[in-house]
Amino acid sequence: METVIELAGVVKSFGRSRALDHLDLTVRCGEVHGFLGPNGAGKTTTIRVLLGLLRRDGGEARLLGGDPWRDAAALHRRLAYVPGEVNLWPNLTGGEVIDLLGALRGGLDRARRSQLVERFELDPTKRCRAYSKGNRQKVALVAALAADVELYLLDEPSSGLDPLVAATFQDVVRERRQAGKTILLSSHILSEVEALCDRLTIIRAGRAVESGTFAELRHLTRTTVSVETARPIGSIAGLPGVHGLSLDGSRAQFGVDPGGLNGVLQHLVGCGVQSLTSSQPTLEEIFMRHYEDGAAVPAAAGALVASR
Amino acid sequence: MSAPAAVLTTVTRPGRRDAADPASRFAGLHRLLRLALRRDRITLPAWILGITGLMAAFTAMCVSGMHSCTDVIRQTAFFGSSPALRILGVPSGASVGGYTLLRGYLTLAVLAALMSIMAVVRHTRQGEETGRAELVGAAVVGRHSALGAALVVTATADVLLAGLVGLAMMVNGQPVAGSLAAGIAVGGVGLVFGGVAAVTAQLSSSTRSAIGLATAVLGIACLLSGLGNMLGTVTDGGLQVHSAWPAWASPVGWGEQIRPFGDTIWWPVVLFAALFAGLAGLAGILESQRDGGRGLIAERRGRAEAGRWLPGLSGLALRLQRGSLLGWAIGMLGFGVVFGAISGQIRGAQGAALQWYTRMGGSDHIVAAYLTSMLEMAGMGVALYVVQSLLRIRSEEAQGHLESLLATGTSRHRWALSHLLSTLLGATVLMLVFAVSMGLAAGPVLGVPAHLLGELIPAGLVQLAGIAVIGGAVLAVTALTPRWATPLSWVACVSFIVLGPLFGASLGLPGWAQDISPFTHLPKAPAVAVSYLPIVAMVGAALALTGAGLGWFRRRSLSLPA
Repeated sequence: METVIELAGVVKSFGRSRALDHLDLTVRCGEVHGFLGPNGAGKTTTIRVLLGLLRRDGGEARLLGGDPWRDAAALHRRLAYVPGEVNLWPNLTGGEVIDLLGALRGGLDRARRSQLVERFELDPTKRCRAYSKGNRQKVALVAALAADVELYLLDEPSSGLDPLVAATFQDVVRERRQAGKTILLSSHILSEVEALCDRLTIIRAGRAVESGTFAELRHLTRTTVSVETARPIGSIAGLPGVHGLSLDGSRAQFGVDPGGLNGVLQHLVGCGVQSLTSSQPTLEEIFMRHYEDGAAVPAAAGALVASR
Repeated sequence: MSAPAAVLTTVTRPGRRDAADPASRFAGLHRLLRLALRRDRITLPAWILGITGLMAAFTAMCVSGMHSCTDVIRQTAFFGSSPALRILGVPSGASVGGYTLLRGYLTLAVLAALMSIMAVVRHTRQGEETGRAELVGAAVVGRHSALGAALVVTATADVLLAGLVGLAMMVNGQPVAGSLAAGIAVGGVGLVFGGVAAVTAQLSSSTRSAIGLATAVLGIACLLSGLGNMLGTVTDGGLQVHSAWPAWASPVGWGEQIRPFGDTIWWPVVLFAALFAGLAGLAGILESQRDGGRGLIAERRGRAEAGRWLPGLSGLALRLQRGSLLGWAIGMLGFGVVFGAISGQIRGAQGAALQWYTRMGGSDHIVAAYLTSMLEMAGMGVALYVVQSLLRIRSEEAQGHLESLLATGTSRHRWALSHLLSTLLGATVLMLVFAVSMGLAAGPVLGVPAHLLGELIPAGLVQLAGIAVIGGAVLAVTALTPRWATPLSWVACVSFIVLGPLFGASLGLPGWAQDISPFTHLPKAPAVAVSYLPIVAMVGAALALTGAGLGWFRRRSLSLPA
């Protein structure tokens, strides 16, 4: 499948602090790609490097087949952007800003513009200084989503939106995806990421720590097993891949790494299983594990070794 | 279900409660005061020391320039007998200190007023616009605490300024009482305009328009005092001028009517203090009437779609400078008409003034020299407009607007050039407004109407070559070092003006220093025929600076807000 964004080993430093530390990111054509990470992980910096607003210090970057720094203006005609912090001209109205940005991108779809203004319930006659945070966000969203482009870069696009408008936003993103467009979505709202994204990348301290589909991510993480057995499960703690065993009489609960699951089941069969539940980690648990300080960077590519 | 009724009965009108407890309206004042001092610990001392230094330099210049009593008498008398020069000040007897004020008072008073306007707006309207006031106001802070802190800090700065300006004259050997009166005249204007800014900060909802409105009031005050002096009655051959009533309608005029180094009267000091107190009280009343974050002048609704002019970069750049361009155009129109109307009286110029005009205007023909020097002055004024307007490229970057723009199909080059070109277009309009209005006003007086416009318009446009160099310099500095763009651009522009023909020769600066200023090299049209070599050289320099700026701009990362 064609890739729309391809970052390999991208480095960006601000003075002594390294914002991006050999970051890898691949976004394929036609997908909604979630881009997650704790505050200060380098998400906005990554997007600004992709836009050619910041110059990378090292590594390879391809955007829509071009170089994001060298070909910035030409590439920007094929993408639309919603900044993380929406700063607008205080003395222009929302409607004027939408048209201005549209005109500078080479025109926008008038019909979709008015349709989006209506769906987002935006009053385009107010001046930007009078807008609330959520309304400023809507101006930026309409300006970007009314553009008929191949790629949408959305930096925390739904921050400040009320739940109804946030739902509308999700609908619009799905429509864009169905139209074959690619979307890079940076967000902290996990339900939104889970509802919209095909694949996702998690970054921490300027590095990608995880990338893949939800199924792949889940697959790579530990399964939680609760079991009640007729006989004591005894030496199970010694099996490879078993962590955090807690015993309560005939009940036991523990986590199992993906590779250890088969061995654990074989062992349990010998103990007379009376009930067993195994649960995949929720998305939230996966994120928490990555966001927490103790989380280790994968030892081998793609493998997650969390040590709790 | 009696609860709702009980709630209803406890509701009191917020205005009344506010009035009942005056102390709470200033809660947290001392903390905000310390915050304001902390934020201004560099800015205000820089302003105060800068103005004081300027006064010391002016005084030293006049002390060293006057060799005898005859010099003082002749120069003062010339100044007093020229209505045009009386716009700048009013003589009250012959003295070195008095002559210093004639030459320098208006500049110092305007600077003091600007210092106060910016300080007050910085601690009031700017906080509301950026949302900081909301954060602060949610703490135990009274409704008027921010305004109170802003006014206390500004008033303190103006009192200090008054003392230091007086000191600057004293160390140059001027009489103590006169020096003190001069300091008070400068600081008093600053104080009053601190009060004016406190009111405009209540009226308008943005920092820019609060400063703009207060500056417009300052412009009117300067015109009124100038007009009063122009229309005044001259006695003692120009050594004494009794100003007409408009001078008394302006705080800038009060500073002059104190008449330091003449028959000093002290009671206008009370006018300063009373007007300041009145304006501060008015601002407080207005502040109780309005919602936080809003101005009293209601925001109008705007267009739901961009008009025909806005889409496109130049449209945006023009739109952003529209308000200030309009203000400048009105100012240029006013000055053009005034300078044109008095051009007939310049024929009587003699002595030092004749020398000054002929040197600056580059001709022995006094009227041509006068018109030329007025065009040169207008060109330097428009250079200030160019710096102010073009520094938008810095603020657009710092405020993050640029992020959205450059994420569209806009290249950095096109964006920067759109600002440069629309600023130069604005500068062209301003020079034309000045040249045409001066020509139309001077024509009937001099008796050569049609001929005059044909000469003044191209002569005004010649100034644009020097202005373009400054535009290129602002672009280059912003591209090279965004953080220092604002101070460096202003320093460059002001030095070009000081080294140029308006001051350079009078200050006795060496030739090589004067050569640094592009204004030194411009042909002195219409007094002297236009030679094209300097114009080509200036345009070349402007293009080189622009090219270098664009090159640097292409190479660096943007410095956007986090």
